[in-house]
Amino acid sequence: MEPIFFWVLAVGLVVSAIGLVAFRNPVTSAVCLVVTLVMEAALFVTLEAYFLAVVQVIVYAGAVMVLFLFVIMLLDVKEEARQRPPWAKVVWVVAIGGGAVFGVPRIASLFPAAAKTLHWGQGKGGGSAAELGRLLFSSYSPLFLATGVLLLVATVGVVVLCRKDPES
Amino acid sequence: MNFAEITLGHYLALSSVLFLIGLAGVILRRSLLIMMMSLELLLNAANLALVAVGRFQGLPDPQVAVFFVITVAAAEVALGLAILVAIFRIKKTTAADQLASLRF
Repeated sequence: MEPIFFWVLAVGLVVSAIGLVAFRNPVTSAVCLVVTLVMEAALFVTLEAYFLAVVQVIVYAGAVMVLFLFVIMLLDVKEEARQRPPWAKVVWVVAIGGGAVFGVPRIASLFPAAAKTLHWGQGKGGGSAAELGRLLFSSYSPLFLATGVLLLVATVGVVVLCRKDPES
Repeated sequence: MNFAEITLGHYLALSSVLFLIGLAGVILRRSLLIMMMSLELLLNAANLALVAVGRFQGLPDPQVAVFFVITVAAAEVALGLAILVAIFRIKKTTAADQLASLRF
């Protein structure tokens, strides 16, 4: 069961990620990004990170995607003009990508930990909201507070950046 | 490659492939919007690697790190898109190669 899930999700992820990069219409790219994010949430479920899967769908596939689509709508972005693909760069990217596809499993197989297999239900857990919350509010509570400040600063920054200049 | 047993190496390879596709998007595309979407792809590839390592090593801490990454990414998207809108107001374009006013 686990291999089927993994391979279906892996192929879907790679295809939709390539679609995100390759399509010229920004709305199509945004839809590809939604598919990628939801599939990654499904991968998080297979990795027993249930809380993160929910957060991924709510924050990424929900809030971030709405932001992207709103900006596409506001800017009225047209399809990018057809351009000659920068072949030199494409060759570089394909070469490095091919090297990674074949190289990373080789490098990973040098470490015994990478060959580890864990079946569903054999993990130590820790993916539930209760356990993550316990960690967040005990050993990581300073970081959690800093995140609150970060979000406040980001909100104020966005308001300032998007404000029309009163003088002009 | 073993297809029937899913190991940590499989997840790491998938995450590196996703990272490279995102990197290709940042390098090859000219539209700032698509570049920002590719940046999200980079962050997600890193998240996938973190969650996989945490699960296979039995540690809950990487999931907390992913939680913070998602929070910071949300803030980053909001700020980046605000800057994009501000640039569009002045330049009337979102193509990265048109934005060369700081070039000597």
